[in-house]
Amino acid sequence: MRVQAGGARIDRNRTITFTFDRQKLSAHPGDTLASALLANGIHLVGRSFKYHRPRGIVSAGAEEPNALVTVGEGALAEPNSRATMIELYDGLVARSQNAWPSVNFDLGALTGAASRFFPAGFYYKTFLGSAQRWTRLYEPFIRRMAGLGPAPTAPDPDHYDKMHAHCETLVIGGGVAGRAAAAVASGRVILLDEGSPQDTIKGVSLLSRTTAFGRYDDNLVMAVERVTDHLPPAQRSGPRQRLWQIRAGKIILATGAHQQPLVFPGNDLPGVMLASAALTYLRDFGVLVGRRIILVGDDSGADKLRAGGAEVTCFPAISAAHGRKRVSSVTAPDCRRHVCDAVLMGGHWQPAIHLHSHVGGKSVFDADKHCFVPVADSAQPFSVGACAGEVPAVTPVPPVVGPKAFIDLQNDVTIADIDLATREGFVSVEHLKRYTTTGMATDQGKLSNLNALSRLADNLASTPGAVGTTTFRPPYTPVTFGALAGHDRDLLIDPARHTPVHDWHVANDAKFEDVGQWKRPWFYPRAGEDMHRAVQRECKAVRNGVGMLDASTLGKIDIQGPDAAAFLNLVYTNAWLKLDIGRARYGVMCQEDGMVFDDGVTVRVGEQKFIMFTTTGNAARVLDHLEDYLQTEWPHLKVWLTSVTEHWAAAVVTGPQARALLSKVVSGTDLSNQAFPHLAMREARIAGHAVRLYRISFTGELSYEVHCDARFGAAVWEALFSAGAPFGVTPYGTESMHVLRAEKGYIIIGQETDGTVTPDDLGLSWAIAKSKPDFIGKRSLARPDMLRADRKQLVGLLPVSPIPEGAQITAHAGDTAMLGHVTSSYHSPTRNCPFALGLVASGRTRIGTTVHARFGDHSVTCAVIDAVLYDPEGVRIDG
Amino acid sequence: MLLIPCPHCGLRDQIEFRSGGESDRARPADPSGLNEADWAEYLFLRRNEKGLHRERWNHASGCGKWFTLTRDTRTHRFVS
Repeated sequence: MRVQAGGARIDRNRTITFTFDRQKLSAHPGDTLASALLANGIHLVGRSFKYHRPRGIVSAGAEEPNALVTVGEGALAEPNSRATMIELYDGLVARSQNAWPSVNFDLGALTGAASRFFPAGFYYKTFLGSAQRWTRLYEPFIRRMAGLGPAPTAPDPDHYDKMHAHCETLVIGGGVAGRAAAAVASGRVILLDEGSPQDTIKGVSLLSRTTAFGRYDDNLVMAVERVTDHLPPAQRSGPRQRLWQIRAGKIILATGAHQQPLVFPGNDLPGVMLASAALTYLRDFGVLVGRRIILVGDDSGADKLRAGGAEVTCFPAISAAHGRKRVSSVTAPDCRRHVCDAVLMGGHWQPAIHLHSHVGGKSVFDADKHCFVPVADSAQPFSVGACAGEVPAVTPVPPVVGPKAFIDLQNDVTIADIDLATREGFVSVEHLKRYTTTGMATDQGKLSNLNALSRLADNLASTPGAVGTTTFRPPYTPVTFGALAGHDRDLLIDPARHTPVHDWHVANDAKFEDVGQWKRPWFYPRAGEDMHRAVQRECKAVRNGVGMLDASTLGKIDIQGPDAAAFLNLVYTNAWLKLDIGRARYGVMCQEDGMVFDDGVTVRVGEQKFIMFTTTGNAARVLDHLEDYLQTEWPHLKVWLTSVTEHWAAAVVTGPQARALLSKVVSGTDLSNQAFPHLAMREARIAGHAVRLYRISFTGELSYEVHCDARFGAAVWEALFSAGAPFGVTPYGTESMHVLRAEKGYIIIGQETDGTVTPDDLGLSWAIAKSKPDFIGKRSLARPDMLRADRKQLVGLLPVSPIPEGAQITAHAGDTAMLGHVTSSYHSPTRNCPFALGLVASGRTRIGTTVHARFGDHSVTCAVIDAVLYDPEGVRIDG
Repeated sequence: MLLIPCPHCGLRDQIEFRSGGESDRARPADPSGLNEADWAEYLFLRRNEKGLHRERWNHASGCGKWFTLTRDTRTHRFVS
């Protein structure tokens, strides 16, 4: 109810309208949603989390546990907004939450009638049985019945900003104490205030509508500024919210204090609220929360309320409040009923020590004021005003035990739950919190923690100081995910990397696959082809004619220096000292634990110059690995590493016709087997551009990798492709690349390996130079466990029907004991049957026997064969 | 978020760095000369110090250099 005069924050000359649960209401500019609802006589604004009890507005600030509403519509809707913090604008639309069909008639309230079945820890006691019962029965039920507002399903149309700021002094809290501290602070001063803009202070950057929600090491404060939330959607421009990351020389906390509720049966009824909140609504908004008010406990505000026009009766305590959707009477200590329309709780005060505590600031219990106050510490911020403990000394009103006497209003925890937990032995404050969930709601227990641990202390005949508080953690109040993400979403958080030939792939209808951040052609379907047919066609073209693959994404590291060869000799398992210039070698790289880390070909370009090729997705990790050893273990080696992945474009030309294709466009080098053998490099020209040709094969066929300056990558690719027209050159993608390499038993890092696989497990012991005195992983490969005969080894599998990658391998159809798993599985284009690779215990000794691949309810018989399915003699590599 | 003193670039936000764990574990000059226990000690065991901890940091998003700092694991303070 609005009184005739007063209301420092509202503009009585103007009227605005808003709707709450489809009801059109009026208010004044300057109102919060809470003050506007109270001005319209509306106390019932929501239903509680667990019991669906009618709930009203408790506070006038950030600590509000009950009045959570959904603001806005469609994709702009924001659930769980505190009505006390929403600045009203003309046309605002708000809805109540957690009630069906309506907040006035909520079927969910039946759970309240059954509340004796939902005591503390009911999660642990009630929902027993199989995991299926949990996922199919209990969880959907709980999710429907217990909860807050639903999140919008459409993408968030708003955008959010981030700012980094630095200052000598950061003051948090724009009340009297905070403003006074900011006014006398020196250097750059930033003042953060949660409320709407107030008068500026000379020399102070004042950020209004800004909540500091977390303090972190080295004086970093995170705050969220609500830039446009207070405006009608049509008037909003710019970011909706801005995340501030402020690094301060010194921090002054002026965060105030929260009056604590009283505990008595019915203390959660709409119309029961904090005395200080009622005074705020009268002073700032000219709103009287009731005409017949019962004031309990601290009665220092009685005169102001009477002056506002209310009839006020004061009691030091009451034994219960009564009513259904709004409080209608109380039972006084004399056992008589007194009719009322509002009950004000004059509780004691708890300083808002959250930010003080976030980085380990200690607090101590002040028995006179019955609250925790911050302990001054030079390593912690300086607290001033109410948050430093300058709060009224109010004698605590003892709790009244009885039905529906709530401790935590947001999570529906009663004093009986606290008592039950104590009886069951949850006497540590941290255990009590987790068992009863008190203080674990979105309000972080601002109005419940002190009452809960005071009750625990009473039950244990101890004191709150001895029981202690739980740990305060950020955020102080909820923060939108949008503000945390800022602009770091979609392509700005996960950029797409394109090769120089990307446009050609798009023009040729490639389907793309994400490999790390790279967009790689996956396959090139022709009209009417599905993926399977396209891949089989592409593979056959490579086996019988010639194909081209864009390999530009391959990791490339330039390695230079007088000790480059010695360095490679230490990081690869095989020997590198005697590699001739212009020759290439396949190498396996292990971690110090002996497990395979990467593989690839490295080429000696000059006496002191090499280029290393890495797995596409592993390029950065390999460079980091090499840099670490070079800087920290072998700083005496003169070697320099440079990532050149994006400097070079690479096209693979492979198949029996590859040499014929290249001979049409390559000038400056002899392509014959004798002049240019496998694992060699030659420099040449294509279409006027300098290229390096490498004889490297990942298909088993005669193969050339054509590398050139990335700027000419598209031109060289197109020249090669044109030259290939007479041979029916076929572009192929990563899927065919995988099939072709799997037929040859070539591994893919991350597919055949998972950090537990040694070179020998993969059949690569030929690539281990046992005579070398040292290389990374050598000592570990000699550990007994690495030499066991029953290690999982890479083998080929011929299943009688297709099997999925990841399927478990067992010895017999009915077994559950696992011998290994399927790492790669495809349809072989050369044999026209399914085939797979797998890691199988003692796999090489099982060649010629059968195993079973199990997945779901299926068990498929597989013949164990050598990992090399195609051309085991390797005759095709020379064309 | 910590401020980390890179010896080459000065105080920078932790987000620019990668932690490399316990320092002062030089790779043995001749790993093959070590017995199983000594190699396992080097490979797997860390002191997990409560208190002053010498640790490796890499200024990954800055100069790229590895360096060693001493941090009190109880307070996160770096000490020189």
